[in-house]
Amino acid sequence: MADMNHHPDGHPASHGHGHGHEDSDEYEDGNAMAGPLSEIFAVDLTSAHGRCANCGITEPVARLRVYTRAPGLVGRCPHCAHVTLRMTRSPDNAWLDMSGTTTLRIPLTTT
Amino acid sequence: MARTAVPGRLGQEGAGTGLRWRVATLVERRAENATASTLVLDVAGWPGHLAGQHVDVRLTAEDGYSAQRSYSLASAPGGQYVEITVQRVADGEVSPYLVDQLAVGDPVELRGPVGGWFVWQPGGTRPVLLIGGGSGVVPLMAMIRARRETADSTPFRLLHSVRSPAEGYYAAELTSGDPGLATDFLYTRTSPDGWPRRPGRIRQEDITAFAWPPQTEPMCYVCGPTGFVETTANLLVDLGHDPDRIRTERFGPSGG
Amino acid sequence: MGVVSPGFHGRPRESSRRLPPGQYETHDFPVLSAGPTPRIDREDWEFTVTTETGDRHSWNWAELTSLPSESPTLDLHCVTKWSKFDTSWQGVSLDVLLTGVETAADFVMVSSYGGYTTNLPLEDLLDGQAWIAYGYEGDDIPPEHGGPARLLVPHLYFWKSAKWVHGMRLLTGDEPGFWESLGYHDYGDPWREQRYQGD
Repeated sequence: MADMNHHPDGHPASHGHGHGHEDSDEYEDGNAMAGPLSEIFAVDLTSAHGRCANCGITEPVARLRVYTRAPGLVGRCPHCAHVTLRMTRSPDNAWLDMSGTTTLRIPLTTT
Repeated sequence: MARTAVPGRLGQEGAGTGLRWRVATLVERRAENATASTLVLDVAGWPGHLAGQHVDVRLTAEDGYSAQRSYSLASAPGGQYVEITVQRVADGEVSPYLVDQLAVGDPVELRGPVGGWFVWQPGGTRPVLLIGGGSGVVPLMAMIRARRETADSTPFRLLHSVRSPAEGYYAAELTSGDPGLATDFLYTRTSPDGWPRRPGRIRQEDITAFAWPPQTEPMCYVCGPTGFVETTANLLVDLGHDPDRIRTERFGPSGG
Repeated sequence: MGVVSPGFHGRPRESSRRLPPGQYETHDFPVLSAGPTPRIDREDWEFTVTTETGDRHSWNWAELTSLPSESPTLDLHCVTKWSKFDTSWQGVSLDVLLTGVETAADFVMVSSYGGYTTNLPLEDLLDGQAWIAYGYEGDDIPPEHGGPARLLVPHLYFWKSAKWVHGMRLLTGDEPGFWESLGYHDYGDPWREQRYQGD
């Protein structure tokens, strides 16, 4: 995640000017949500396993395909492209939509 | 030590409040190549981190305008300072300032460490295969440094794909011979004279020639631009590596 | 406000009477997307208006492009703060498309290939304010900018100008679309800086 462009202007959204239009360049992955999610949650949700409400496959949030060049962050299932996690940030509020995820298993670190 | 420090930070931040921005001041800058520099930062109240985690950096102008980017941590956990390596993106907004302009003693704001999935911790039993594309080597370097700092004996292999020898990172350190670490380079545009491999993007032969075979069940960490990561992860799966042992981190075309 | 980093200015930001508050001018054309870019053959393309009573009015590519077209030159204002001046388009006015549609609806939900949606008042699509565009700067609209056809409603933030437009449902009550259901403003007037709900 060296030198990424997630959210200029203090928004969890990005408008990096793409250097190419290959489909694989359109997205990053769920690791890109770690910072914005850390603003809301005290545990790291990118290591949590989410079950896609559309195809039923469970994957870590870190493995989502995340579209960052948008007014918010849009996480899609890497298997079926269904939207599983969305985030936006206004000056006063963070918005989170997890209606595309049925369950989330969050590892609880014990040290 | 870092392992206990990270969960501990959450209580310190206060219940219900997320991670806050901290002030970091530049202590030193080291050029890695013509376009990338490592920034050594002194971060007040740094809670410690794990190798592979990243931070968000925020710059604010006099008029209140601010811009924010994510950078992987390059330093091993437990040091006095925190290091990130930044590649200058032509026409970028944040990276040229960090690479060329930020002066020793100047402040930036930093939020982190964040990310708990693309991390490596010493003491594991599996060999580790690291594959980095360009500046994607940065979090992998943190893992190599964490292994060295803790005198961990996990076998490591690093395959680093760069355009040309001039665009390498941490060159002297990577060839200094950590016991149990093997390093190899792939050049996509220009190879050194006499290099046996023709320049080109990563191929299956590159991985079979250098990587741990699937039977040894290595943990694989792949970081780089999205296209590089997709290609490499698919090659690893095709070779028989269990997708559950492949951890990836992608960065898109950056506005820098 | 955060801690100031000395000498950091960021991208050039000028104010101009043509710039709504909080916007900056860009000369390139940033590509924003919330998902994979749909690739739609013109032969398969269709645009359907569905009224509140269930009446359907559809146009295929040949039908759309045989309608009288206009060539507006427009300023675009994206909620992520870039504005782009003097873009030239070719397309069919919504006045033309909706002229034979019987409706008592006040609102519209626009839908795109790929699943994107956005809502707006019906009156904002009429009176020369909106187009289904199929040409950009004298050429086809590239897929990453919404081709083969996209909605243009330039007096609202650009997220209302749905790329890869596929249909419209006419509604008697307002419903939030993709971004409007996640904190963005239902109307989105850039001159009143209606970025988020409550603005």
